[in-house]
Amino acid sequence: MDNFWDMKAKEIMQSFSEDKNYEEWKKNVLNPWNNKTGYKDKRRENSSSMPVKELYTSGDLPKNDQTGIGNPGEYPFTRGIYPNMYRGRNWTMRMFSGFGTPDDTNRRLKYLIENGETGLSIAFDMPTLYGYDCDSKRAEGEVGKCGVNVSSLHDMERIFDGIDLSKVSTSMTINAPAAILTAMYFVLAEEKGTPLEKISGTVQADILKEYIAQKEWMYPPEAHLRLIRDMLVYSTEHVPKWNYISVSGYHIREAGSSAVQELAFTLADGFYYIEMGINAGLNVDDFAPRTSFFFNSSINFFEEIAKFRAARRIWATVLKEKYHAKDPKSMALKFHTQTSGYTLTWQQPLNNIVRTTIEAMAAVLGGTQSLHTNSYDEAWALPTDDAVKVALRTQQIIAEETGITDVIDPLGGSYYLERLTCEMEVEAYKYFSEIEKMGGILSAVKSGYLQKEIADTSYKKQIRIEKGDDVIVGVNKYVDKDEKPINTLKISDVAEKGQIRSLEYIRKKRDESRVSRSLEKLHKAMEDDSVNLMPYIMECVRNYCTLEEISNVGREIFGEWKEPKIY
Amino acid sequence: MNGKSQKYTEAPVKVLLAKPAIDGHDRGIFVLAKAFRDAGMDVIYAGLLPTPEEVVDTAINEDVDVIALSLLNGAHMTAFRNVMEILRKRGVNDIAVVGGGIIPDEDKPALEKMGITGNFGPGTPLSVIIDHIKFRAREVRKLRENEY
Repeated sequence: MDNFWDMKAKEIMQSFSEDKNYEEWKKNVLNPWNNKTGYKDKRRENSSSMPVKELYTSGDLPKNDQTGIGNPGEYPFTRGIYPNMYRGRNWTMRMFSGFGTPDDTNRRLKYLIENGETGLSIAFDMPTLYGYDCDSKRAEGEVGKCGVNVSSLHDMERIFDGIDLSKVSTSMTINAPAAILTAMYFVLAEEKGTPLEKISGTVQADILKEYIAQKEWMYPPEAHLRLIRDMLVYSTEHVPKWNYISVSGYHIREAGSSAVQELAFTLADGFYYIEMGINAGLNVDDFAPRTSFFFNSSINFFEEIAKFRAARRIWATVLKEKYHAKDPKSMALKFHTQTSGYTLTWQQPLNNIVRTTIEAMAAVLGGTQSLHTNSYDEAWALPTDDAVKVALRTQQIIAEETGITDVIDPLGGSYYLERLTCEMEVEAYKYFSEIEKMGGILSAVKSGYLQKEIADTSYKKQIRIEKGDDVIVGVNKYVDKDEKPINTLKISDVAEKGQIRSLEYIRKKRDESRVSRSLEKLHKAMEDDSVNLMPYIMECVRNYCTLEEISNVGREIFGEWKEPKIY
Repeated sequence: MNGKSQKYTEAPVKVLLAKPAIDGHDRGIFVLAKAFRDAGMDVIYAGLLPTPEEVVDTAINEDVDVIALSLLNGAHMTAFRNVMEILRKRGVNDIAVVGGGIIPDEDKPALEKMGITGNFGPGTPLSVIIDHIKFRAREVRKLRENEY
């Protein structure tokens, strides 16, 4: 029997008709031409292994194109979630930043604000992402390397020193210890005298994609999902402008998936979180509007634009038809985009500026709400000030020089793009159906099915590159014999030593009895699944309990997690 | 290849793939695992987040020819060194260690000095990595033979 997803896929496929105009043109014009010139065309496909024709015509448009494509700011939001899109306001230019000590990062954030950045986005180092303090044995050699280190509230105070939290929106890329970092941000706002209703931002907190792709977790899935539920409920009640989750396809794509897999797995995660909110007793329209997404923009230009449009249409359709949302805001999928790190090459790094520009244009033409552009030196190291500036300027040039932003969804109606949008939708619905048949997304994650799908796609891609079927300029074609080294950002071990000293100071200064009392209270609260943990975590944070101390309470209760074997 | 060692050296090369730190970037390591397998090697993957001690334990227990270390998080100088020191402390000198990941040129001489070879960066063809591992495996197998 067909499930909801099968029916949606069928609906779209039934809206396609035979394209007689194309067939005749092919028979009467193209084929004779190719025969005469001796040109042998070959099958071409996009990153999702979907065949791509040499020409799309009006016959490729779905029969219901008027209702399916619709208008900007209207259901199903294919053409954008706001009526005026970039004519009203440009997307938020949000550069993902963080390295070394909190003071280093504070300087980088202020540099970006001075240069016209409009939203903050914090990158944390590996120990922070896994819930370890800077002085942990496991953190050795990693402090400040991939992002900024945060071991206690004190570090957050330093990152945001001199920055008015009521004036900026902050995005924090943190997942396993998301509840703790969120608690730190909330407590920081309290300290600065900014009411929680006034702060805005996003915490990534999407743990499902961690098991699928980024592989940063502390506990088994159920424990993290409970913490997400607590953040969702707490934010809905107390921090109305806080996006408590950013459902992320970025990492799924970087881990090697195709565009369709990114689309399908991310939205499937999103549906799970919606069901979680409903199961926690909330009305879907009370929390769905604060769900946000985060996608990758890779190098296959039209495939990416189609992916963003398909994502919006699927989300709107499913929220309305399956979860019975009434508020259009619940149905409008808003998203952040980052250009693809995977497509950056170590070889001939300046070429990366061009790649990033094309990917950024795809994001803008796809209607993104905020954008991070990668720097050309990021296949080498974290970016230098100069490289970051070029990346930010790339966005400013697209926004203010090119005229791309003058017209809403300027590619809407393109035969190719509209057809591809529909076809990607169909492929995504097929995956949703398959996942449902496996017992849902959590089962699909625990069995390693999604991880294996991604690894298989990534291996196929690599083999295509090795064989030269897929060209990467400067890597397997147009290769330079001598690569000249470029100037890169160096993070010395001084950052690690400095952080360890700073943490020692905090441990000496804090009131130990308050620390142990608040940790005990958290322990007790964790044992009862019905309790919302956010106030307890905030109390620990206020007393300068460290990230690892708070994380360890969960480690004791929930235990650890070992990934399913996929190789 | 001389006649008397032929049998031993013809057994598939056994390689342990490991990321000996807290680094979840595992796209590359799965590509390598599959490529090494397709090249006829016997491949073991250490799983996520092993400590340097666990990596060495597995290498010894599984009797591998080569440990292939990879990190993309900038911790290679600390983590790779820890693996080498533990090997030395355990008196292991017949397991080759090769490296790869985001490794700046200026770190390569120090890694070579520790005995970690290859140190391949992004864009390296799989065939180059496979040839190097086979070469290192032959070296350690000769060493083992002389000991027996």
